[in-house]
Amino acid sequence: MIEVRNLSKNYGSKIAVDNISFTAEDSEILGFLGPNGAGKSTTMNMLTGYLSSSGGEALINGVDILEDPVLAKKNIGYLPELPPLYLDMTVNEYLNFVYGLKKCKMPKRSHLGEIAELTKIDDVQNRVIRNLSKGYRQRVGLAQALVGNPRALILDEPTVGLDPKQIIEIRSLIKRLGKNHTVILSSHILSEVQAVCDKIVVIDKGKIVANDTAQNLSQSLSAEHKLTMHIEGPEQEVKALLEQIPDMQKVHVNRTVEGSVVEYELNAREGADVRREVFKRLSARSFPILLMRSSELTLEEIFLKLTTGDFYGENGGGE
Amino acid sequence: MSAILKREFSSYFTSPLGYVFLAVFYGFSGLFLWMNCLSVGSAEMGGVFVMMFFVILLLIPILTMRTMADDKRQKTDQLTLTSPVSLFGLVMGKFLAAFLVFVCAVAVMLLYALFIASAVDGTGARFAWATFWGNFVGMILMGGVFISAGIFISNLTENQMIAAIGGIGANIVLCLFDIINNFVNIEFLKNIISALSVFYRYYEFTMGIFSLKNVLFFVSLIVIFNFLTMRFIERRRWS
Repeated sequence: MIEVRNLSKNYGSKIAVDNISFTAEDSEILGFLGPNGAGKSTTMNMLTGYLSSSGGEALINGVDILEDPVLAKKNIGYLPELPPLYLDMTVNEYLNFVYGLKKCKMPKRSHLGEIAELTKIDDVQNRVIRNLSKGYRQRVGLAQALVGNPRALILDEPTVGLDPKQIIEIRSLIKRLGKNHTVILSSHILSEVQAVCDKIVVIDKGKIVANDTAQNLSQSLSAEHKLTMHIEGPEQEVKALLEQIPDMQKVHVNRTVEGSVVEYELNAREGADVRREVFKRLSARSFPILLMRSSELTLEEIFLKLTTGDFYGENGGGE
Repeated sequence: MSAILKREFSSYFTSPLGYVFLAVFYGFSGLFLWMNCLSVGSAEMGGVFVMMFFVILLLIPILTMRTMADDKRQKTDQLTLTSPVSLFGLVMGKFLAAFLVFVCAVAVMLLYALFIASAVDGTGARFAWATFWGNFVGMILMGGVFISAGIFISNLTENQMIAAIGGIGANIVLCLFDIINNFVNIEFLKNIISALSVFYRYYEFTMGIFSLKNVLFFVSLIVIFNFLTMRFIERRRWS
C-alpha cells in the first residue's frame, strides 16, 4: 500500500508539487494522469526517496520513506522516466547487479529468468545494453523494477517509446502485476490510464484536479456528445440538416475526405446522445454515414472539464 | 555495498579506463625506477616514490572522473539512490572500487622491490625493507586521499571532463598550498599551514619516517572527503 499525505515539493520559489494526498491500496493500479511538467515525475521521485519532500509524507507499506529509507526502498520497484541503465553492461550482468543491489534472497537464476520471460527480454540477455533499441531498453528498465518482487511498483510512463504491439503487451503485463502488487503508473494518455488502472489521479500544475475510480471518471468524462462523422452528400445541405437536431450546439466542417465525403465535428449539448437522431435524419434523406465515432478527448479538454465543469470552458467556475 | 563495489570495479575493465590507468602507472614507475635505481646502481627507491607522487596527482582524477558524474548524466543514480543501499554503502563501494584499481597499480612497486632486493642480495649491501614499506604505505594512503577527493569533485558535476580537471586542480591545491607559507610572516599561521601540508607528510614517508600521526592524518582526509560526498548527495535531494 502506498499512502501520500499532503506531499509538497518546492524548487526555490517554484512549487512543483502542491500539497497532494492519495492512497493506492494493495492489488490496485493507480494511474497518474497529467500533462508534461505537471509534477508526475517529481511526485514519483519523492515516493521512491530519490528526492526529498518539502512537506508532507509518503508511506510505503506503512514505512515513511524519509524515516527508514532502506526498509521502505526494499518494497519498491521503480522505473524512472529514463530507464536507469548502465550502457556498458549486458542485460544479464545488469540484472545480476540489480539483484545484488536490492539484496534479494530468492533463488537468483530462476527469479531473473522469470522476469526476463515476463518482460520478453530473454532473447537479448547477452547483448550490451548500449546496442539495444529504445523498446528493449524500456523493457530492461521494467525488468529491473521487478527484481526482488517488490510489493509496490512505481512506473513513470512505462509505455513510452514502445511500438503498438509492445504497448499492448506491457499494459497486459502491468494489469497482471496489479493483481498482487500495488502499482502506480504515470501517463499523459487518458486512454492508456483508462485501459489499465482501477483508480485515476489527475494532476495539473502540481495540484490534484481529480481523484476517482476509473469508472466514475470515465462516466463524467464520456464524450458521447462529441462525434466525428464522415458523411457523403452536399456539404451545405448536410450541415443544415445536422444543425436542426434539437440538442445540437455546433456543427463544424473539418475537411473533405474524398469526393463528396466530408468530415464533420458534431458538438451536442452535454449529456445528450444524438446518435440515433443523426442516423434517422440522414437516412431519411439517404445521405450515407461512412463513419461515426465519439471524439477522443484531449488532455486540455479533460482539464477544462475537470476544472471548469464543461469541455469548452464556457461555464466558468464550477468544480 | 558489495554489489556497487563489484560493478564499479568491473566497469573499470569493461572500458579502456582501467587498463590505461594501469599502463600509464606501470610505464612511469618503470621509467623512474630505471632513472633512480637501475641506471645509477642504487637500491634506494625513495626517489621513485617522490616522482610517482606527481604522476598519481594527475592520474587519479582521471580514474575517478566518472564515478559520480556519469551516474548523474545517465540517470543511473535513480537506481542506486532508490535501492535499499545506504549512502555510506554507495560512496564506500565507489571509493573501494577505485582504491582497488589503484592498489593493483601500486602493487608493481612491490615487484620492483623484490627484484632489487634479490639483485642486491649477495653483494654485501642490504635492501632497506623498512624504508620501502614506509614508502609503500605512504603512497597507498596518498592515493586514497586523491581518490576520495576525486570522487567528491566528480559528485559536483555531470561532466566527466570538468570532474577530471577539477580533481587535478583540487589535488594541486591540496598538496601545494603550503607554498603560501613563504609569504606568511605570522609564526602561528605558519605552524597551522605546515601542519596541514599533505606533501610534507608524504615526503616524510619517502624519507623512511613512518609515524602514526601521518597515517592518521591521511586516513582522516579520506574520511572527510567521503563524508563530504555523502553530505552533498544528500543536499542535492533536499534542494
